[in-house]
Amino acid sequence: MDTLLAIEALSKRFGAIAAVDGVSFKVGRGEVLGFLGPNGAGKSTTMRMIAGYLAPTAGTVQVCGFDVAQDPIAVRQRLGYLPEGAPAYGDMTPAGIMRFVAEVRGLDAEARKQRIGAMVERLDLAGVLGQPIDTLSKGFKRRVGLALALLHDPEVLILDEPTDGLDPNQKHQVRTLLGELSAGKAIIISTHILEEVEAICSRAIIIARGRIVADAGPSELLVHSAHHHAVTLRLAGASLAGARRLLAGLDGVAGIEERATAADRAELILLPKAGVELLDRVRQTLAANQLQVDEIFIERGRLDEVFRDLTKAA
Amino acid sequence: MRAIVAIIRRELAAYFGSPLAYVFIVIFLALAGSMTFFLGGWLERGRADLQGFFNWHPWLYLFLVPAVGMRLWAEERRTGTLEFLMTLPITTAQAVIGKFIAGWLFIGSALLLTFPMWLTVNYLGDPDNGVILASYLGSWLVAGAMLAISAAVSALTKNQVIAFVLAAAACFGFLMSGIEMVQAIFSSWAPEVLARTIADLSLLTTFNQIAEGVIDLRYLILFGSLIVTSLFINVAVVELKKGA
Repeated sequence: MDTLLAIEALSKRFGAIAAVDGVSFKVGRGEVLGFLGPNGAGKSTTMRMIAGYLAPTAGTVQVCGFDVAQDPIAVRQRLGYLPEGAPAYGDMTPAGIMRFVAEVRGLDAEARKQRIGAMVERLDLAGVLGQPIDTLSKGFKRRVGLALALLHDPEVLILDEPTDGLDPNQKHQVRTLLGELSAGKAIIISTHILEEVEAICSRAIIIARGRIVADAGPSELLVHSAHHHAVTLRLAGASLAGARRLLAGLDGVAGIEERATAADRAELILLPKAGVELLDRVRQTLAANQLQVDEIFIERGRLDEVFRDLTKAA
Repeated sequence: MRAIVAIIRRELAAYFGSPLAYVFIVIFLALAGSMTFFLGGWLERGRADLQGFFNWHPWLYLFLVPAVGMRLWAEERRTGTLEFLMTLPITTAQAVIGKFIAGWLFIGSALLLTFPMWLTVNYLGDPDNGVILASYLGSWLVAGAMLAISAAVSALTKNQVIAFVLAAAACFGFLMSGIEMVQAIFSSWAPEVLARTIADLSLLTTFNQIAEGVIDLRYLILFGSLIVTSLFINVAVVELKKGA
């Protein structure tokens, strides 16, 4: 794998508080890394150190082979960074600020026109190009910030909550864009939206209290969920009562959750013991007792559950 | 260089895109003009020179220049754009220099708009235009030194009001360091050399010399080193306070 970003034993202390405490990972070309963690876990601090805004207390960051501390300008030339909250000069227009960034980054007139045009089209900015950024909605501000981060077509993208404040359509649009861009780049996004990780990330890192508590693909993380391969049944009336009684004692069932969906209808969720595949056993039991099931399906697991388990543990 | 030019252009666009520029220019011109005529008694003096005009400049700058300088960094820190700016491929020094030059050019443009005064004395009499040119240069240098000081102070805080008050106080100190009141504070305990040095740093004394047409290399060095030192401190403070 072509490593574009390498972080080694990165730490940041603010006085007595260790905001980031010995974080190491690598991101290769083509990877989209979801950076997860509760508020205050050190996500933004880590991203700021990668972007060279904060100096680490210890450890190193290398972007495309350049060290952030030794060669900050070379790193920033290769990096697209969207800071938390997508700050931008409020008195400028999207057209003006894109032009400013293109000038600072040394794009010639031809490239500037072409890249700004591409950003306007991809992020749907045509309608607001001449309006002061202060007057734009949150969704537009975020997309202007994204345009500024992507303008020079960088190899490494660090995006701090890129879809915060976007409506579902805009979220989808940004995810599609990132998915298309991901082939040639290394991308890190931080997010609170766990479905986003499943939708676009090839890998997820969960951090809590400044340390990495999990680093795996989303599907591997789901294995740790109590709902991983849980069997969900929707049934009614007599079958519901029967199923409740019979399935609780079934071998391999760790627990049953029940959720009423209507007057005499309910959803039964059978949580398996580790490594047990329940579906066939459940089917056999239901058939043997002639219980009617409206729906039956297997759950993949719940990322929010894994997230809670991993981040609340002391 | 490219980055500095881009920053200067952005800053100038920001000045002239907001009411700040017009308020500053109108107030500066109105006060400079009225002080010349009413407080300076320009017409009564009956002399074809602009001394009565330039004498007031340092006092106008004392509150107008910190007003320009206070936003330079305090606003960037308050709105979070500092993080955007400092993660672009530019050095802190480039950002500091670009912002300073833009502000200095802006004040310079306000100064240039006082040209009707110059036209008037030339119409009314036969002034020494060399002295007038030297005075314009001296006035712009005083403004530059005060702007550099204000910019450095602005980097210390997120609060623009605090930045303004501290910058005005610092500029006052540099303006007045030559007068006896300030000298008395130092001469009682400080070595003579130090007291003299402080006196020599006085912007007011130096400006008055230049305004009389004496452009000594030492004066230029004084302004140059004041500006460079302030900008150097500015860079250090921005680096130190980044993200804090």
